[in-house]
Amino acid sequence: MHSVVCIKQVPDSAQIRVHPVTNTIMRQGVPAIINPYDLFALEEALRLKDRLGGTVTVVTMGPPMAEAALRKCLSYGADDAILVSDRAFAGSDTLATSYALAATIRQIMARQPVDLIFTGKQTIDGDTAQVGPGIAKRLDYQLLTYVSRIVEVDLARKEIVVERRAEGGVQLLKTATPCLITLLEGINEMRFGDLEDLFRAARYDLQVWNREAAGIDEVEMIGLKGSPTVVSKVFAPRPRAQRAQIIETQDSEPRNLAATLLAKVFTQHPKLEKEIAKRAI
Amino acid sequence: MSEQPKKPARKKVELDPRFASYRHVWVFIENERGQVHSVSWELLGEGRKLADRLGVELCGVVMAAPGERGREICREAFHYGADKCYLVQADVLRDYRNEPYTKALTDLVNAYQPEILMLGASTLGRDLAGSVATTLATGLTADCTELAIEEGGRNLAATRPTFGGSLLCTIMTQRHRPQMATVRPRVMSMPEPDPVRSGEIVEVPFSMFESDIVTKVLDFIADDTRDKPNLPFADIIVAGGRGLKKPENFQLVWDLAKVLGAEVGASRPVVQAGWVDLDRQVGQSGKTVRPKLYIAAGISGAIQHRVGMDGADVIIAINSDPNAPIFDFAHFGIVGNAMTILPALTEAFRAQLAQSRKAG
Repeated sequence: MHSVVCIKQVPDSAQIRVHPVTNTIMRQGVPAIINPYDLFALEEALRLKDRLGGTVTVVTMGPPMAEAALRKCLSYGADDAILVSDRAFAGSDTLATSYALAATIRQIMARQPVDLIFTGKQTIDGDTAQVGPGIAKRLDYQLLTYVSRIVEVDLARKEIVVERRAEGGVQLLKTATPCLITLLEGINEMRFGDLEDLFRAARYDLQVWNREAAGIDEVEMIGLKGSPTVVSKVFAPRPRAQRAQIIETQDSEPRNLAATLLAKVFTQHPKLEKEIAKRAI
Repeated sequence: MSEQPKKPARKKVELDPRFASYRHVWVFIENERGQVHSVSWELLGEGRKLADRLGVELCGVVMAAPGERGREICREAFHYGADKCYLVQADVLRDYRNEPYTKALTDLVNAYQPEILMLGASTLGRDLAGSVATTLATGLTADCTELAIEEGGRNLAATRPTFGGSLLCTIMTQRHRPQMATVRPRVMSMPEPDPVRSGEIVEVPFSMFESDIVTKVLDFIADDTRDKPNLPFADIIVAGGRGLKKPENFQLVWDLAKVLGAEVGASRPVVQAGWVDLDRQVGQSGKTVRPKLYIAAGISGAIQHRVGMDGADVIIAINSDPNAPIFDFAHFGIVGNAMTILPALTEAFRAQLAQSRKAG
């Protein structure tokens, strides 16, 4: 059993601040973390390994500093890690990224067959949820998104049964392996790696693959050239024409503030008062 | 969509001549088990504006199994603004599966060549959009909050939050067609249906058989929705954030919600801290809501939260920081401690309601 888990190193978006005057991102001091959604994918792959044996390979495409994210994955128990890094990838959108990762996975498969490919449901910086489906399509594998439970893996028959979160319910699906699975959040909890894995992660001879090593000949498929989408503008949202009417009273007593607020709201929005009266018990 | 905003494009990129004849705006009508997802109607409302601006037709794409009311769904799409509907009916389209849906939609695009294709950012829409865009090798922008046509051209300018909702960016697909976009439910307003409007149904055959499809649906377990909150469609929401300081204080939000018969919402930090369930999170990574009244207590109003509740008719904000961004877009604000203002507000509403009930 060999699983490949695709992860991404992302800035911890909870700690991103926007400069109030220039409206630019203040990157300084924002820690880089493993995309939280990817941890559910990694843990699920590790659990399958616990059950069925085999190995887990973690892959990421990113700048050299993404090595730290891969070493973290090794410390959780992943067996191998590959960093795909090349200036030629700069500016890749999701279409170009899925091309590069699919090529990388083909190279991995040439060395050791792959049974399952895992990704998180989306990243917290891009939030697109497009790279996983893109990789599956490029490899011509079946795609199972928003998987909430892996029910059964039959390695001999090359079959897998999963539960998938759909609109309004859960689908029970059976498909053939190899396939690509994106995991729903909250379905498991990342383990604490043991000391042995921690040491191994620190000493591990991490492979860095450039474009050629990833098996990509066509440079026009990656980077800016391979990206149909172009960012034409980055900006902070406009405030409304008018700021909020700030309710003030002479004494600033909560009771009086509340009463003044209600009077103002209901005078300006008489329908709202009726609406509330109708609904409230 | 790029995951890291790139430097703005300096020169204008011309459309690849292969796509010069691509015309019309399409909306994928999400039909699962005979139920149309409301986001599809919201998209038709938005698509109508884009089609009118471009001077083209607005078309719906309906996929259904035979006997799943496909034609009826098309007629409904006309009420919501579509001029034409492409209807694909086949047994293999009974349950949503990536493989047949991707093939059916890709075939349709190649045959009829739309310039814009929009889908709802539901689990179905996101699964399908990613596969179709990859197959067609075109640009796809996820979770758009605003769609417009660029000045002096035909490109779709798709705006979405970026960097985890810290900034907004506008994305364009200049060389390729169709330009694809997904929009989350409730981000666009629901258009008023016009029962007199009608249009043309184009039935398109689809020759894919069950034996062609690898993935099998063994079962479908419908959700038990009885006790689930339905924030996207709530009329009144009281939401709390980190300004409430302690999980115990969140009870004050529940108290006010109870008096108002409201749903309870929350910002991302308090959901992550485990004070409130994930299905109550409002914002970019949670639910988008459009209530008549939204009361935000102790919520600073970061973009990631704002994009989820900006569409509320009336927003009341309580925050101790007079410079909190929420006061830039709330309609009414109280600068003060949410822990003391919330109980006072609960009492004031209770008294007011008792009075109006007596009067009414």
